[in-house]
Amino acid sequence: MARSFQAVVIGVSTGGVQALKKLLGPLPADFPLPVLVVQHIGPDAGSGLARLLDECCVLRVKEADEQDAILPGTVYLAPPNYHLLVEQDGCLSLSADPHVSFARPSVDVLFESAAAVFGPRLIGIVLTGANSDGSRGLQSVKQHGGLAIVQDPAGAEARQMPQAAMAATSVDHVVDLDGMAALLRKLAPGRTAAPPKGGRAYD
Amino acid sequence: MQRGEVEDVEIRLLLEGLQRIYGYDFRDYAEASIRRRLSHWLAESEFATFSQAQSQLLRDRGAFESLVRGITVNVTEMFRDPAFFKAVREQAVPFLKTYPFVKIWHAGCATGEEAYSMAILLNEEGMAGRFRMYATDINETVLQKAGEGVLPIAEMQRFTRNYQKSGGSASFADYYTARYDRAILSAALKKDIVFAPHNLAVDGEFGEMNMVLCRNVMIYFKPALKERCLQLFDSSLLPGGFLCLGLKETLEKRKIGERYAELVPPLRIYRKRYG
Ligand SMILES: C[S@@+](CC[C@H](N)C(=O)[O-])C[C@H]1O[C@@H](n2cnc3c(N)ncnc32)[C@H](O)[C@@H]1O
Repeated sequence: MARSFQAVVIGVSTGGVQALKKLLGPLPADFPLPVLVVQHIGPDAGSGLARLLDECCVLRVKEADEQDAILPGTVYLAPPNYHLLVEQDGCLSLSADPHVSFARPSVDVLFESAAAVFGPRLIGIVLTGANSDGSRGLQSVKQHGGLAIVQDPAGAEARQMPQAAMAATSVDHVVDLDGMAALLRKLAPGRTAAPPKGGRAYD
Repeated sequence: MQRGEVEDVEIRLLLEGLQRIYGYDFRDYAEASIRRRLSHWLAESEFATFSQAQSQLLRDRGAFESLVRGITVNVTEMFRDPAFFKAVREQAVPFLKTYPFVKIWHAGCATGEEAYSMAILLNEEGMAGRFRMYATDINETVLQKAGEGVLPIAEMQRFTRNYQKSGGSASFADYYTARYDRAILSAALKKDIVFAPHNLAVDGEFGEMNMVLCRNVMIYFKPALKERCLQLFDSSLLPGGFLCLGLKETLEKRKIGERYAELVPPLRIYRKRYG
């Protein structure tokens, strides 16, 4: 039976801009899920990446602000130098806590907090990167019953991050970047309800 | 019930207990970060579950204080976000200089670096002896460190770069004395700063401030506590005074927002309107 998902989280590092363009570019305007993204980025990077990606895809891409409501069909990027987290009330929060897995924003932080809120209705995706941030996070997504997708390391600009994720947990799909958007459309075909306000997102 | 849900219940019970006994209400803080830090604390502790830890935490203040140290974030630095300090120097100080004397409140000052940075800046801009700062925090351990004004020498290179990027043109080394692995900030910087405990969740305002800084503190608060803090700052500030927030914090959609204009837009320096 098809399950209905409520959110997608994506973690990416080296080669991330190209990878995100390829993944997000083909997603249609009525893609029903919110997409939360941690791209490793220097502390002084500014907000250019959100603007750049916004121009390459139909979905709205924005840098996450504290207390943003998580809306379907919107892509939220973690700001430079802050961790991005999901709160139980379905809003986003930011933190300037120390680096996790040598990164801030850290993929692990986003994935773990999203897993606690969305449980089995979460899709976690680890893409190209030259470190192992995201592997604990993807493990947590799986532990909460969510779906794990990893970019095929063979075609990744940097293999270490996808490989580490695959070593850490049993992954549901290993796919090329080219096939990623199609897979997401299959997993989330129509409009579904927005994440619930208050309380856990699953029961 | 899933394991995570049992832990949810345990955390809720624990936080309520801590509030009742010690008066610290962590339920006002954004949950995702608090949960993360609590889980880390638990993983490092001798306890298997929060229920097990609770018995000791509720009875032993020492244990509670070590929990507080473990789950609060006090990271700060000299001239954190240099562009912010540059904008204060270039765009806010000219207004401050028109007053014979100014008062500044650093709310959530942690170990004091922000206040020391501001003291350096104001002295350099010709305001020596014409300002007083109140630097407050909920955590008395960090306040004590703040009063000592001692920094790890290993950080001084980074802090010097920050200082220079913030528009500082003197020699940063003149502001401290190196002793082994520590840098002791000059006494001249300390004399205009009063460090004091203050809990933004329960304590009151500081009157007649020309500037209030509360940076990277409210991002950890739930919306209701944020609103409370902003009301507090608003009633502390004189018209024409400045409110400085962290780089990812805004007055957009806030009740007090309409009484403020953003002086330097991306840098979260707001000015309270007259009348
Ligand atoms: C990340 S530090 C920010 C330090 C500095 N303002 C900066 O931006 O570098 C946050 C500080 O807020 C303090 N804090 C947390 N809750 C507080 C409360 N309820 N009242 C006052 N201070 C609080 C913490 O103890 C900590 O020192």
